[in-house]
Amino acid sequence: MLDIVVPIKQVPDLVEELEIDPSGTALGLERTRFVVNELDDHALEQALLLKEKHQAQVSVIALDVGDVEETLFMALAKGVDQAIKISGDFGPAPDNHTTARVLKDVLGGLSHNLILTGVQAIDDLDGQLGILLSSYLDLPYVGLVSGVQIDEGGSKATVLKELPGGVKAELELPLPAVLGIQAAEQPPRYVPVSRVRQAMRTATIEERSAAAEGNGHIRVRRISKPQVGAGAELLEGSSEDIAEQIVGILADRGILR
Amino acid sequence: MVQTASREARGPLTQAFFDRIAAVAEGEKLKACIQCGICSGSCPLGFAMQYPPRRLIASLRAGVMEQVLQSNTPWLCVACYTCTARCPSAVGITDMLFPAMREALLMQGVGVPGELQTALENTFRHGNPLGEPPSKRADWIQEVDVPVTDLSADPREVDILWLVECYPAYHVRAKETVKALARTLHALGADFGVLGQEERCVGDSQRLVGENGLFEMLVEENGKTLDRFQFRQIIVTDPHAYNALKNEYPKYGVNYPVQHYTQYLASRLEELRPMLGELNHTITFHDPCYLGRRNGEYEAPRQLIQAIPGVTFVEMERNRENGLCCGGGGGGMWLDSFAYEYAKERLSEKRVREAARTGADVMAVCCPNDLLRFEDAVKVVGLEGKLVVKDIIELIDEARKG
Repeated sequence: MLDIVVPIKQVPDLVEELEIDPSGTALGLERTRFVVNELDDHALEQALLLKEKHQAQVSVIALDVGDVEETLFMALAKGVDQAIKISGDFGPAPDNHTTARVLKDVLGGLSHNLILTGVQAIDDLDGQLGILLSSYLDLPYVGLVSGVQIDEGGSKATVLKELPGGVKAELELPLPAVLGIQAAEQPPRYVPVSRVRQAMRTATIEERSAAAEGNGHIRVRRISKPQVGAGAELLEGSSEDIAEQIVGILADRGILR
Repeated sequence: MVQTASREARGPLTQAFFDRIAAVAEGEKLKACIQCGICSGSCPLGFAMQYPPRRLIASLRAGVMEQVLQSNTPWLCVACYTCTARCPSAVGITDMLFPAMREALLMQGVGVPGELQTALENTFRHGNPLGEPPSKRADWIQEVDVPVTDLSADPREVDILWLVECYPAYHVRAKETVKALARTLHALGADFGVLGQEERCVGDSQRLVGENGLFEMLVEENGKTLDRFQFRQIIVTDPHAYNALKNEYPKYGVNYPVQHYTQYLASRLEELRPMLGELNHTITFHDPCYLGRRNGEYEAPRQLIQAIPGVTFVEMERNRENGLCCGGGGGGMWLDSFAYEYAKERLSEKRVREAARTGADVMAVCCPNDLLRFEDAVKVVGLEGKLVVKDIIELIDEARKG
């Protein structure tokens, strides 16, 4: 039996504007709504596709941050077999080192042949969670994966990577392994609201607690919004006038002769 | 129901569909179909459907639905209500049959078009299909030069609770109609308020697109919100919201008197009339499906247009119960590229050509979908400079200033 574990993470939903905490070193999270990190959602989709092909058992695990229950119930509604929420003293925005240490303890007690996680998250663009997990668990790792095939015996995976310059690579690695997913083989599926609500009524999220030891030793010195640049020149007039002005500007800069 | 295929032979998709049909009271009525084909002949997109309604019902009664569900048919319906309005056996094609097919597809995750999926996810997360920030729903109030009570900030008893709805609240073009209505209500001395950040999508198109769970969630949330405020009646900017509040919300115990804004203004026409100056336009009017054909209101919009001095009013060849849909209903706003792939021409493009043939220089509308779709269509078919699309409230607002 193929056991797939998908660690997922909550990130701020960018539909509302971000606020910076008065300390100037973190995001203001009080009024922020959270959403599952997009690439983690792809990792979940890839897991569900493998489940359909191989009758795999899929578990989703997440640290108790943001609106994690909504995300876990949505995962249950999509058909995962187990959802685990981990509580602990890791604050509202744990870094990847902290997260990896918490997850490795929980993963130690979970059967796993394949760990799929988004290759990076939008809130830190750090991209190290999969790598850290693979070193803690002493497993092989491939990142930026956009396709996964498992052999009949469930002993190895063939993964697809899109390299720069229009080149694709197929890599083979033994299971168990950790994969950093860049894109699932199809876009994440829609889950009807009635399924989500049914999951909320009938399914359970397992709760575990884990101690957070240490962090990445990286201190945020300042978070700020980019300065708005000055000097943009707006061209006005009829289409013909504007076209003439553009030609004039291009000629001035030596682009047109 | 006549069923030749055994239940065991059905795939999960077909089973989900038949379960849904069996669960709704009107499902029984499918038996009453006499296969006359008026539905297929009336459907504005029937020509593009692999299974037009008559053929679809024939398959259903034979118990063979897998191919139908996997065809392009379920996602091509724009819920214009023409087939249902004309059906001699009163089969619920628009309200029951198409939503049931779509629900089965959504539940099984089969072939859900991407743009539709995004609109549904946005509605679930943000309370509007556009994916706009809930905190900015009432930002238009800052752009209008009359006072508007935002009841989420200032909860007081009002005469009229105005549900602005999503496109009017957020869309840069549709917002103009909201400002015009605010100014007109103010001029009439109406005591009105909006729900601001507390307003969420009413959800009629989400219902018709088969996302019944999402619709029920919205009904519950909106029902609780409406309960917390004190008002005499609701007015809405969008005929689809009017339809849901009038015909669907009461099924869930959410029951408030509701009028489309044209009905409210028509009821105050004697006070409005002296305010209106001259507008020299030849105007034709497009009946919104969910004000006209579905709910029988044809007069209020016409009364408003004809109350403007200087206006010559002309009808399109297809008008009132025969009006052609803009193509935006029943989720059509979020299925545009899907429909275009099979139909190769938007209904809105056909319709603006019909409007231009009347000789009118203004095509009047009173539904936010119409405004956006026809304005785009005017550009697509090259009628720019010849035909202008305006909401009735914009014409009233202009006449009032003029």
